[in-house]
Amino acid sequence: MILNQISVMIGGEAGAGIARSGFLFAKTCMRGGLHVFGTNDYQSLIRGGHNFYIVRADAEEIYSQADTIDLLLALNQETILLHRNELTHGGGIIYDGEEVELSEDEMGINNVRLYPVPLKSMVKELEARPIMRNTVALGAAIGLLNFDLKIFNGIIKDTFKEEIAKINIAAAKMGFDYACDFSRDQFIGDFEYHLKKTKGSRKKHLFIAGNEAVGLGAIQAGCKFYSAYPMTPATPILHFLAEHERDYGMIVIHAESEISAINMVAGASYAGVRAMTATSGGGFCLMTEGLGMTGMTETPVVIVLTQRTGPSTGLPTYTSQGDLRFAIHASQGEFPRVVIAPGDMEECFYKTMEAFNLAEKYQIPAIIITDKFLAESYSSVKSFDLNRIGIDRGLLSTQLEYAGKEAYQRHKLTGDGISLRIMPGTKGAIVRTNADEHDESGYTTEDPALTVEMADKRFKKLNALIKDLENYETTKFFGPKEAEVTILGWGSTKGPIREAMKLLNKEESRSNYLQILCLCPFPVANVQGVLDSAKLTVVVENNRTSQLSGLIRENLLRDVDHKILKYDGRQFNPQDLSQKIQEVL
Amino acid sequence: MVTLEDLRTPKKNTWCPGCGNFGILRAFTSALVQLGVEKDQVVIVSGIGCHGKMVNYVDVNGFHGIHGRVLPLATGIELTKPSLTVVGFAGDADCYDEGWGHFSHAIRRNIDMTLIVHDNMVLGLTTGQTTATSQKGFKTKSTPHGSIASPLNPVMHALVSNGTFVARGYSGDVKHLTSLIVEAIKHEGFSFIDVFQPCVTFNYLNTFDWYKARVYKLQEEGHDVTDRQMALKKSMEWGERIPIGIFYQEESPSYRESLPQIKDINLTETSIENIDIDPILQSMT
Repeated sequence: MILNQISVMIGGEAGAGIARSGFLFAKTCMRGGLHVFGTNDYQSLIRGGHNFYIVRADAEEIYSQADTIDLLLALNQETILLHRNELTHGGGIIYDGEEVELSEDEMGINNVRLYPVPLKSMVKELEARPIMRNTVALGAAIGLLNFDLKIFNGIIKDTFKEEIAKINIAAAKMGFDYACDFSRDQFIGDFEYHLKKTKGSRKKHLFIAGNEAVGLGAIQAGCKFYSAYPMTPATPILHFLAEHERDYGMIVIHAESEISAINMVAGASYAGVRAMTATSGGGFCLMTEGLGMTGMTETPVVIVLTQRTGPSTGLPTYTSQGDLRFAIHASQGEFPRVVIAPGDMEECFYKTMEAFNLAEKYQIPAIIITDKFLAESYSSVKSFDLNRIGIDRGLLSTQLEYAGKEAYQRHKLTGDGISLRIMPGTKGAIVRTNADEHDESGYTTEDPALTVEMADKRFKKLNALIKDLENYETTKFFGPKEAEVTILGWGSTKGPIREAMKLLNKEESRSNYLQILCLCPFPVANVQGVLDSAKLTVVVENNRTSQLSGLIRENLLRDVDHKILKYDGRQFNPQDLSQKIQEVL
Repeated sequence: MVTLEDLRTPKKNTWCPGCGNFGILRAFTSALVQLGVEKDQVVIVSGIGCHGKMVNYVDVNGFHGIHGRVLPLATGIELTKPSLTVVGFAGDADCYDEGWGHFSHAIRRNIDMTLIVHDNMVLGLTTGQTTATSQKGFKTKSTPHGSIASPLNPVMHALVSNGTFVARGYSGDVKHLTSLIVEAIKHEGFSFIDVFQPCVTFNYLNTFDWYKARVYKLQEEGHDVTDRQMALKKSMEWGERIPIGIFYQEESPSYRESLPQIKDINLTETSIENIDIDPILQSMT
């Protein structure tokens, strides 16, 4: 028997409730005390096509999906045909035996076990909507796994309104009862995988996606204005914040374009509130002129860039890390900015809070760069420590009256380049800013000496920022100090890398890993330190040109030994990645 | 109370002598004096073009933004700090070419602000090219054989976008323009004034004399500002006689008034310490 260690896939057409089913099953596992990771794969369409959701659950801490599937919930035949080769030896398929005909011979590969359940007939019997086949299948899975249906029912009650919950509970029970009856002669082979509620309950854990963690971080950081235009995979942030805007005295506005969104956010920030927008590559292209304006006018904003596979529209619903250089260099001219790449859900929360602080302290744009894999995958995480990151608004006066002796100047030249920020509407002060080069009072200038002084002023802030970043976690180191190979990465590859390390380091300490969280300004000293003691270096990235290797070359004048790159829109799988790392050893 | 003298800035004015912009500057500052607002409670937002220099010439809070984006920038300010009087200035190229996409949306949202468009039917600062409101056949450096496209009709467009205050002024009649700006700022919701503003350097066609011979005041001819159909009809009037004044006005809740969590609160003054996200966290367990 294999206890509390499973990878389950739910697959079917778009519109069949695949993601919802995955969500419900994963949450059930989490409430049962297990660690869970859930990730979805969907195409850019609303109905039809093929979607799937993978839930991995384990008694141990896990960081990503697995390479293989132990149990496949197939809501159509295509799911079986596409994924049967991913099934593990002894894995099983739950499917509708009345709709799909499968023979043992046909499915003989990998010794797969077949569990036909009359999903459609059961839904008919319940007089429920056809979409509820997924709930019947989930009930059957829980039965097959010898798991606790009560936990599932609890999740249903928390998720749906009473009427809908009731019918779902009935549907799940039907599937559960059917699967529990192992005497059925059409069930081929006993299922080895079992789930059992564990004592180390993760009741206090959160089941959260990267996008939600970013949204939560923004709310906690006091973001009062959010404007965005829908673009996969950033749209869930808009949904999340719109849902909560009234409870948190926040304005969420669905703008007419990303150009509008960034300018609205700049206006709100100039007025004096914390403001944010989020988009993906194409939308970020549209924002770049506005981004430059925030740099020039020293208006703090937070921009979330949720990458997907490019260039252009690319693969709109798949992952990539192709926009790193773009985030660092976007917009004309030169101005300081910060680019932060969280690698997991917890970092999405804490780093978003930090981004607001850095943006305001240095009066610069802060870019949080994530990707589809991180943004839309879910995992069980320890509930957030709400006191870890305080609120630091930097040199912002919230006084209603200006107390200065001299006339207020928004862009006053100072030692560290940071000028006092006050809000327009403050009595006795005029707050003037300007996307044209300007003097200290914000009036347009074309004077060469002043142009230099103002550019230098803005870059003095960068010096201050670099120094301050020593107080922040700009890199994280994992694994033994000495190892055969040092892996370097940023962003969402963190999960698969940590999983690959589990495999690599099983018997001996073969690998360690440096995660780079702040990509701009580049944490030169930290990376240098690790590279100096590394025997062999390998960069792992989801792009074609290894942009991180380029940054290392640029900032440290040294090359890495190997690059493992994946740019097919899909994240690395742990085993596959560990093998690729083995190959370079 | 603010005076004209208070509103002056030390910046040297660089508009061409005789530029139609002077009339708008004069009308706007006079309107602020008439309204009796405090200058530190006014924010002006401008785009790129000759009009953009308004931020340099009026001593109130100001954000001189980028080309075409006056409206979203002003929207962000207005929604988060409603106590401010927000006035956007844009040029015809700024608002009707580069920023046309924002125009209808700011109107249909009924953002509580005023938009004044310096409509000289030509790009001035870039040394004379056609714009969205240039007359058909208008010869410029970018259209040496004459502008082929039909001009847009901003007033009509504002009316069909459900504008709640739609007006047209003429910078050659400062007194009338001043009164329009006063009414526009008083109006709760989005107020739009398209202002005929002769470009003395690059627009050889639509000159002060040209306008003088054509404009007439709607309010002197008993126009009913509550009649949108009639306003539409008037907006199409072009040629020998061209109407200026208020075409249409109605009371309608502004965008902000439909946000129960905001209403008249300055979000800029709400505390952001100790925000309690626990209810959301609970829903995720």
